[in-house]
Amino acid sequence: MDIFNAIFVEPFVIIAEVPLFFVEVVIGGLMAGVMYSLVALGFVLIFKASGVFNFAQGAMVLFAVLWFTGLIDDYGVNPWLAFLIAVGIMIALAFVIERLVLRPLVNQAPIILFMATIGITFFLDGFGQTIWGGNVRTLDLGIPQTPIVVGGVFVNQFDLFAAVTCGALVAALALFFQYTPTGRALRAVADDHQAAMSVGIPLKVIWVIVWSVAGIVALVAGIMWGSKLGVQFSLVLVALKALPVLILGGFTSVPGAIVGGLIIGTGEKVAEVFWGDAFGGAIEDWFAYMLAMVFLLFRPQGLFGEPIIERV
Amino acid sequence: MLYRETGQFKTSYAADHAIFPIRQDRIGIAVILALAYVAIPLVASNYWLSTIMLPFLIFSLAALGLNILTGYAGQLSLGTGGFMACGAFAAYKLATAFPELHIVVVFALAGVITAGVGILFGIPSLRIKGFYLAVATLAAQFFLIWLFNRLPWFTNYSPSGVITAPPRAVFGDIFVTGAQATPIAKYLFVLTLVAVLALAAKNMTRCKIGRSWMAIRDMDIAAEIMGIRPLTAKLSAFAISSFYCGVAGALWAFIYTSSVEALAFEISRSFQILFMIIIGGLGSILGSFLGAAFIVLLPIFLSNAPGLIGIDMHVDMVTHLEFMIFGALIVFFLIVEPNGLARLWQIAKEKLRRWPFPY
Repeated sequence: MDIFNAIFVEPFVIIAEVPLFFVEVVIGGLMAGVMYSLVALGFVLIFKASGVFNFAQGAMVLFAVLWFTGLIDDYGVNPWLAFLIAVGIMIALAFVIERLVLRPLVNQAPIILFMATIGITFFLDGFGQTIWGGNVRTLDLGIPQTPIVVGGVFVNQFDLFAAVTCGALVAALALFFQYTPTGRALRAVADDHQAAMSVGIPLKVIWVIVWSVAGIVALVAGIMWGSKLGVQFSLVLVALKALPVLILGGFTSVPGAIVGGLIIGTGEKVAEVFWGDAFGGAIEDWFAYMLAMVFLLFRPQGLFGEPIIERV
Repeated sequence: MLYRETGQFKTSYAADHAIFPIRQDRIGIAVILALAYVAIPLVASNYWLSTIMLPFLIFSLAALGLNILTGYAGQLSLGTGGFMACGAFAAYKLATAFPELHIVVVFALAGVITAGVGILFGIPSLRIKGFYLAVATLAAQFFLIWLFNRLPWFTNYSPSGVITAPPRAVFGDIFVTGAQATPIAKYLFVLTLVAVLALAAKNMTRCKIGRSWMAIRDMDIAAEIMGIRPLTAKLSAFAISSFYCGVAGALWAFIYTSSVEALAFEISRSFQILFMIIIGGLGSILGSFLGAAFIVLLPIFLSNAPGLIGIDMHVDMVTHLEFMIFGALIVFFLIVEPNGLARLWQIAKEKLRRWPFPY
């Protein structure tokens, strides 16, 4: 009966007694969710445009932020300049990946491309750390991690900043996709590769652009995560958390990545804080995946994904 | 010239359905088995046996398991590490709870328990497929590792969370686990298990159940229309694959490392085994072995290579460079031969058959 009590009674009692605490946990979860969304966004961009399930997104996050902090720490480069250089590196990386990996693998099965991105993951992890070393670096953006009070609820200032940045990034991407010729070409490619090629959209250029955009998103995500957790190898593991987010939102939907991230972030925090003790703690490790798995049973294409139609 | 089947006529259905229909293949496999059973124990040092041959064989077994699921049945899984952990902890609980149980029975039962867990986590595969399924199997990976880490019951309340294999003998006093076990005994025991299980896997993939897996892999809707039950085909693939992974995990914990914690079966282990089957060849028994050999030997080679050519490097640097070369090699392999090492061997055989003529 104890476990029954701990799962079905106590958490609700706590929520009813201290609703403000619950709100705080939810807000904390939403903020963490925004960060997951940032990583998931990169996945979605590449999957939409090239049908590649890019496992290397996590490694790109680490790689990008290693360059950013490395330049600032070791060479005293101005942060803005370092940001620009890192963006340049990510664009160069997109070129190299398109030329050396994607182009020779055109028309291969999706699993082969997926494996190739795992290869890229290993390569980037090794390359970044060969150049910048494997030590944990701290990244200070000058934004305090102290909470401020908004309407009677404590909110972490840094989380707020991350949420605003993410929102701005998503808005910029949405505008880019909606109103520029390149963005329109990207959407055309996402819709139908062959039709897009037949009207003269250069697929290879589009791939480079998509990978570059994903690289820049990775850089922003890396800066956010890096200043929260320190710039280190474990950032790659954070990227794994983006996978259930993707499932929830659907692989092909940008709004899905955002909403999925928010659901996963909130669900995970609420589960950990209120139900964690009942299961012995640290359920954050698997809760997101279980949530995604159960969710998939009822809606296999995710929240916003295109319905899966199969023909023989 | 040597590898030519001219003049070998088959006069019975049995001969036609043999695993190795060509005489040269039969001789080849006999030679490999003889090498494995006689030459390697005679020649190899204890170091070679326990740090290269044992992990190679155990990884081959795990790769076989994953190949059944991913290569033959087409269900992408990232939960191999979790299933291996399941086998390891099931074997530990069984061996400590029933000390009189024979070690082979313990391993088999551990495999059966893992098969049950595999079926449980395979249920979503009936609704979802492809990369979605891969992420769903991550749930198995993280949940199982968390479970074995958190619940002290699984480690018999050991404070460090590490399980240590109790000493067990196969016949009389030939110990295969624990401190008294010699590397040779361990090696021969694992070799026998792996050989038997590989033969079983080969036969399974040639009969009705294996054909239904392949039909599901190639197109599940078409297979369903042809009268193959997706439920039985997919869940049996999950069960048998998990059985293999479970036995591999138990062998890993009991014979290779002899004491192990749940973290040894982390997500990176799953990826390692996935690499093996991709590099070795999806949907190939031989490929599982080739891939395992490649992945086991490559890091050893890479970490020794700078020393061999006389470059002195920092350990950290070597690890990072290893990562880089490993990643680059995987991409290189995929570009050159996406169907894996097994396909290379197949091409070589075709060429040998026609040699010295080009076609």
